[in-house]
Amino acid sequence: MNDTKKHNEEEVKLMKGNEAIAHAAIRCGCDGYFGYPITPQSEIMETMMELEPWNTTGMVVLQAESETASINMVYGAAGCGKKAMTSSSSPGISLMQEGLSYLAGAELPAVVVNVMRGGPGLGTIQPSQADYFQTVKGGGHGDYKLITLAPASVQEMADHTVLAFDLAFKYRVTAMVLADGIIGQMMEKVVLPPYQPRMTEAEIAERCPWATLGKPASRKPNVINSLQLLAEEMEEVNLRLQGRYREIEKNEVRYEEFQCEDAEYLVVAFGTMARVCQKAVEMARAEGIKVGLLRPITLYPFPVDRICHYSHTTKGMLTVEMNAGQMVEDVRLASCGRVPVEHFGRLGGIVPSPDEVLEALKTKIINR
Amino acid sequence: MTINDIINPANLVYAKTKVMNDVPMHYCPGCSHGVVHKLIAEIIEEMDFQEKTIAIAPVGCAVFAYKYLDIDWQQAAHGRAPALATAVKRLLPDRLVFTYQGDGDLAAIGTAETIHAANRGENIAIIFINNGIYGMTGGQMAPTTLMGMKSSTSPNGRTVPLNGHPLDITKLLAQLDGTCYVTRQSVHTVGTVRKTKKAIRLAFENSMAGKGTSVVEIVSTCNSGWKMTPEASNDWMVENMFPVFPMGDLKNL
Repeated sequence: MNDTKKHNEEEVKLMKGNEAIAHAAIRCGCDGYFGYPITPQSEIMETMMELEPWNTTGMVVLQAESETASINMVYGAAGCGKKAMTSSSSPGISLMQEGLSYLAGAELPAVVVNVMRGGPGLGTIQPSQADYFQTVKGGGHGDYKLITLAPASVQEMADHTVLAFDLAFKYRVTAMVLADGIIGQMMEKVVLPPYQPRMTEAEIAERCPWATLGKPASRKPNVINSLQLLAEEMEEVNLRLQGRYREIEKNEVRYEEFQCEDAEYLVVAFGTMARVCQKAVEMARAEGIKVGLLRPITLYPFPVDRICHYSHTTKGMLTVEMNAGQMVEDVRLASCGRVPVEHFGRLGGIVPSPDEVLEALKTKIINR
Repeated sequence: MTINDIINPANLVYAKTKVMNDVPMHYCPGCSHGVVHKLIAEIIEEMDFQEKTIAIAPVGCAVFAYKYLDIDWQQAAHGRAPALATAVKRLLPDRLVFTYQGDGDLAAIGTAETIHAANRGENIAIIFINNGIYGMTGGQMAPTTLMGMKSSTSPNGRTVPLNGHPLDITKLLAQLDGTCYVTRQSVHTVGTVRKTKKAIRLAFENSMAGKGTSVVEIVSTCNSGWKMTPEASNDWMVENMFPVFPMGDLKNL
């Protein structure tokens, strides 16, 4: 960390996904992290406290009294044009929904990491993907969207942290890194990004002319605000946000494909489940079944056009999710009823095996 | 004295601070908010801090505070102002950062954020308007509503079995190691206005000196919510509020 020679270089390390997020955040010039402990993501704040970035990059790291306070600290920091983030797991993210709505209304850039665990309620600390709806459909009040990145490796935990900040500032929205307990806890090789200096106040004032840094005589006051009492003004804000979301949908769709070229069947899965499904695809191919895997990397914006394309070229699709069937609704919408689309998943923190996935593909799609 | 003498700048004894915007206020006539806004604006000008202040507005009657003071503002979710202020001050430590909150915002929905910011000793000032009622939403019972006091949600008066006791959060904040200055003031007379101005100035100076959290409670009237004339409200406040929320410094380190 303190070795300045390494500051401009990438570094190869073996670490947990949660740790990779902490390292990547510090390296990409994050100004402030505000968090509250919750399993299975506490290593994010623990790693930051261990690394003491306030002594190197000047980044602020603060353990807040609750997730509610954390997300509002992010709001305060983001309002100053600072690169601010928080992280939590499902129950904590539920507590943050108010703040996420306010961040959207105030048009602030922010990064939030959700290392999902099973619910509802206090649930389990085992991995889950049951917060898909909450994240991509808007968990808080009002019409808003979160850019949602779904990492499937420790490397992507680092990469998506950096990308989330870039996208958040590009569009003045919150970007969510939606991982699950497995990606957070497992150790893999990761190439950490080179250090980027934190933005100076002059750079912030230029890049974020709306930021509250104190009002110089040369400009009017900046007000970070989500309150519009007049319906016409409130509609104007909403139309601006919707315009931004359409831009995001046009520019930022990301996905990965595996053996899709000649696929007669398509499996759609994200995060941990995409890795399990890759194995299932290999097993199916060994049996002569032509199946491919589409892994959405952005859950919002969703790869609608790509799914639509495969609805013309395949005979059926299976979504595999660690939930009761959430992303399957978006796959059905995108495929417009042209092919059967079914869901297979395990609940409560159980991770389906490749055998189970292959079996589900046969019974639910191929031999239906 | 001719008109020219009167408008001669050398004879000027009082002028509206330039930190106050020239816009009509939405506050009811007789409300304490306007006076406190003016004091804050004057202090910011006197300290030459207009370019270095970031204020946090609450939810409640003062939600529109950002319209009246010519400084940068952030408007917080209900009760969360101290969390915003925490982050702003930590990221911009050479700025003056203060929250402006009412009793519902600070002592009900935002109790946790208030206590923990103060307990961490964040170098912020908290200006706390306590009028014992939710003014903005139409006069509902607040955490500081007095025993027996009528509101739209305690139409027969506050009772212990139904509503519990009024919360003296300022006394609670004074117990915390993170606070350096906790005081209770009012703005119903010329003398008390002057004392309150001194208190807010000290709170701001403490913040910039890094001494910890300063809390200035201003026991205030809400004549609309209390359904009294402004004058009767002042009398009622002195007679009923002051015994429960007594004036003076609770802590001054």
